[in-house]
Amino acid sequence: MSGTGYQGKKNIPHLTSERLLIKGGRVVNDDQSLYADVYVEDGLIKQVGENLIVPGGVKVIEANGCMVIPGGIDVNTCLHKPYLGSPPVDDFYQGTKAALAGGTTMIIDHVTPQPGDSLLEAFEKWQDAADKKSCCDYSLHVDIPHWHEGVKEELEQLVQDKGINSFQVYMAYKGFFQMSDSQLYESFSFLKELGAVVLVHAENGDLIAQEQSKILGMGITGPEGHPLSRPEELEAEAVFRAITLGNRVNCPVYITKVMSKSAAETVANARKKGSVVFGEPITASLATDGSHYWSKNWAKAAAYVTSPPLSPDQTTPDHLNSLLACGDLQVVGSGHCAYSTSQKAIGKDNFTLIPEGTNGVEERMGFVWDKSVAMGKMDENQFVAVTSTNAAKIFNLYPRKGRIAVGSDADIVIWDPAKIKTITAKAQQSALDYNIFEGMECRGGPVYVVSQGRIVFDEGKLQVQQGTGRFISRKPFPDIAYQRIQFRNKMMTKQGVSRGMYDGPVYDVPATPKYITPSPSAKTSPTTHQPPPIRNLHQSNFSLSGAQTDDNIPRRSGHRIVAPPGGRSNITNLG
Amino acid sequence: MSYQGKKNIPKITSERLLIKGGRIVNDDQSFYADIYMEDGVIKQIGDNLIVPGGVKTVEANGKMVIPGGIDIHTHLQMPFRGTTTVDDFSQGTKAALAGGTTMIVDHVIPEPGASLVEAFERWREWADEKTCCDYSLHVDITHWNDSTKQEVESLIKEKGVNSFQVYMAYKDLYQMSNSELYEIFTFLGEHGGIAQVHAENGEIIAEEQTRMLEMGITGPEGHVLSRPEELEAEAVFRAVTIASQTNCPLYVTRVMSKSAADIISQARKKGNVVFGEPITASLGTDGTHYWSKNWAKAASFVTSPPLSPDPTTPDYLNTLLSSGDLSVTGSAHCTFTVAQKAIGKDDFTQIPEGVNGVEERMSVIWDKAVVTGKMDENMFVAVTSTNAAKILNLYPRKGRIAVGSDSDLVIWDTDAIRTITAKTHHSAAEYNVLEGMELRGAPLLVICQGKIVLEDGNLHATSGTGRFIPCTPFPDFAYKRVKARKQMATLKAVPRGMYDGPVSEFTAMSRGGTPSASTRSSPTKAPLRNLHQSGFTLSGPEEAPVRPAGRRIVVPPGGRSNITSLS
Repeated sequence: MSGTGYQGKKNIPHLTSERLLIKGGRVVNDDQSLYADVYVEDGLIKQVGENLIVPGGVKVIEANGCMVIPGGIDVNTCLHKPYLGSPPVDDFYQGTKAALAGGTTMIIDHVTPQPGDSLLEAFEKWQDAADKKSCCDYSLHVDIPHWHEGVKEELEQLVQDKGINSFQVYMAYKGFFQMSDSQLYESFSFLKELGAVVLVHAENGDLIAQEQSKILGMGITGPEGHPLSRPEELEAEAVFRAITLGNRVNCPVYITKVMSKSAAETVANARKKGSVVFGEPITASLATDGSHYWSKNWAKAAAYVTSPPLSPDQTTPDHLNSLLACGDLQVVGSGHCAYSTSQKAIGKDNFTLIPEGTNGVEERMGFVWDKSVAMGKMDENQFVAVTSTNAAKIFNLYPRKGRIAVGSDADIVIWDPAKIKTITAKAQQSALDYNIFEGMECRGGPVYVVSQGRIVFDEGKLQVQQGTGRFISRKPFPDIAYQRIQFRNKMMTKQGVSRGMYDGPVYDVPATPKYITPSPSAKTSPTTHQPPPIRNLHQSNFSLSGAQTDDNIPRRSGHRIVAPPGGRSNITNLG
Repeated sequence: MSYQGKKNIPKITSERLLIKGGRIVNDDQSFYADIYMEDGVIKQIGDNLIVPGGVKTVEANGKMVIPGGIDIHTHLQMPFRGTTTVDDFSQGTKAALAGGTTMIVDHVIPEPGASLVEAFERWREWADEKTCCDYSLHVDITHWNDSTKQEVESLIKEKGVNSFQVYMAYKDLYQMSNSELYEIFTFLGEHGGIAQVHAENGEIIAEEQTRMLEMGITGPEGHVLSRPEELEAEAVFRAVTIASQTNCPLYVTRVMSKSAADIISQARKKGNVVFGEPITASLGTDGTHYWSKNWAKAASFVTSPPLSPDPTTPDYLNTLLSSGDLSVTGSAHCTFTVAQKAIGKDDFTQIPEGVNGVEERMSVIWDKAVVTGKMDENMFVAVTSTNAAKILNLYPRKGRIAVGSDSDLVIWDTDAIRTITAKTHHSAAEYNVLEGMELRGAPLLVICQGKIVLEDGNLHATSGTGRFIPCTPFPDFAYKRVKARKQMATLKAVPRGMYDGPVSEFTAMSRGGTPSASTRSSPTKAPLRNLHQSGFTLSGPEEAPVRPAGRRIVVPPGGRSNITSLS
């Protein structure tokens, strides 16, 4: 796969002249660590080993025994997601700069079309913005704000022509992004046929809406209303439901933003039962907790507002780090979505209007090291797995990304486990006026960061150029998710029982409808085409795209069999 | 302990009865004592009782005397597409008495849109005319709006109903959305009702049914294939979540699978107030029969949630029943003839759902749980009658042998062995899902309202003697904890100064133009997400939070909000 061609941008700045030798480092991949030098040319890793024969005049980085790891992949950022028309303060330039400063050399951003917008157009808008500004390689997830027939065509195009293999659906945001269980079932079925990874924002939106109005009704309008109206149970419930749907459809499910112990445990339990499910905690849920929502300082409390919310349970970060270390959770994102305090203040009188999002793209790698590796929960190889390799595998970038090997992209970080840094908004790359990790000490950090074969971070100094990031297209059917799915597809074919026709008496059903829909029913929207009063499930508009194996078997219609193969059905003999 | 009986109640008060030499088994203890009853009420318990002369005496010969069973879930005489289930209130309660059950609780199922109270009255009429034992009623909430709310309130306050069932399955028919469930649970939690749920994810079932039919699977096996147990577990999980949010006691009817039962026991471990009800069929048999070559046999097992095809399920459910993780047992007795079931001969979704079990319930539990050593005789009493009486708030009038309790008693013969067959059962159905099963344990003598109704295998039941027993709200068994939590769970806002920093300008444009073909929400909703405008109110008008309008505070009480200092 390392040699696969990809569509880069046309006017890509010329940086192929850069030749680089990283000497004396310990190369750490997800499976092993070894002492070796790494030689980089044309943005690719050309040689890994000792005593390499390299051209003269090559630039040399002395790693001095530090770890040489694949650059981090941040699978969850929102650098271009507008809130009520205003963009976040960290755009693709500011955001990727922060990413690189933290040792992350690739981001996957969420394209968030508004309900009714074309997914393709939104995708192009995002791609355009990122091409102009991004300083590191990037890819895009596309969120599906609304499920209807027209979306299918766009999804097909995105997967087949645009190199997108992951789509997010929402179980929250009632009346806006939220999908019903039937829509989720249909979207899962369709995305599975395309070989895409289904990302799920898992929270029960119906209950949140109820809780929000209850809590506003009680006069609670501050940021503490946010976690009070979104208790972790609602997250766990939705995770459970999403996994059930995934199992039924036989489709891989990826839970974005695992924020609470109970949601994480639901993921872990499902994995034990064999479900193909992945869980993504984020920087904030791994490093801090939701007790800050009760801060007397409104601005501080509002800074933590994100959904699902940080859990007020202070043992949460430790627990999530443990699950991450043992492999029950697989990848770490940042959920980086930076709104300034004045943007957050749109919700100063009503917590439901506070724009949601926390920072974390710069701090992500550091906190995983600090909270997991430095604590002895996780080894350096698992650290590489959760910060880059697993992400590359799930989103089908491996081994081009997420591994230090000959032929892989030269996205490399020299990591110093001994580095200690105090997080503060004053020193951060992000344009935010605050940092939710303010004052926290973090062990472990990058010394050098190499992106596309170029040194972009050198002992504290960033040297980036906007627009150098390339869009990395991704193919469907990633093995880590779909190998099992494809085997299960073969196993799961169901067969009817061949039995004789029932020839006993049949009760005569009167033709009256089974029920009368009351006119003021608020259960379904009047715009939906109402089903006929008799429940007729044949008429659902759902179809499994693609032919079924038994399509060609004709169904026998009413010819009467006197002695059916299964024996005559005798109503009193039940043996 | 007064209750409104029927007006024209047949005179049964002359009966005086003494049970001598029995071992009284309640849910907490067993002891040897005699029981004297008069006027349908237990008057004395003890040794060497002083009783009037000429009293009829029954010799128990050391056998167990237990409170009569309470079958908390039946569907007798249930209307279905212009016909009714074959066991009406007379036939069904006779079968109940023959099995040692002296009280049933039937489900009132109003048509969606119809009045709950009217449906309740109709069921009362049917039952008063025909039942042979005492009964109560659950009312199913099949639609939800303000008038339903009033009806539920009047059913609780005036009609003696304290339990209401809602459906998470039967899409576009009975199914409730999560928001409706939230409102119903909130309402019931405030009024002391028990929320019963039929827990299955109806939306996924609808999708799976379509898929099965498209694959050409039309027989009864399609029923279980389209309703895998995961969907039951998922719905139970969701119901538990909603109940815990609304602080309302939850009762899961028909626990049919291991995974659903597991969710209930986990929730109980976490402290949720939730009760699980396995039924005769799920405790006694499994879903492998759906693949029977005999259509009529396969169809006779069709019920929802379906019996699990996992043959280890009954054993597992009996274990959880014994450990107390599941609380009560019902039968969900709902019988159709083969001809009625055959309505769905070409399409499994049309097969009327329901299995028998009212007569076999007590024996199945004795055979599967007590004889196998999972459960003791006291727990047996708890799960067959006491716990049900507690949930219905009828304890100790029902579900206990004590002075002052109703004289609904069973002398239980632990040595009896009978083989279940449709030929000898008291139900009018032509089949029995437990056909051929040998069950140990059976009633020897059944006393209902102080009268012997089963003796030497002969039933002497009289239709119309059953009384409606009204249930009062706020049963302690469920609500003591709920009330205490209500006091604990008050949420408080953080008193902080007004935010006085800059506020970003934002366009008032709608966040999402709702596309015309939207199927997600009703168009009455404004496109801008404004949760103030939700139609939901907590019983009473919402009060706007009192806040000084735009007065600028220079030094707010919570300290000046400084956007760069986050300490």
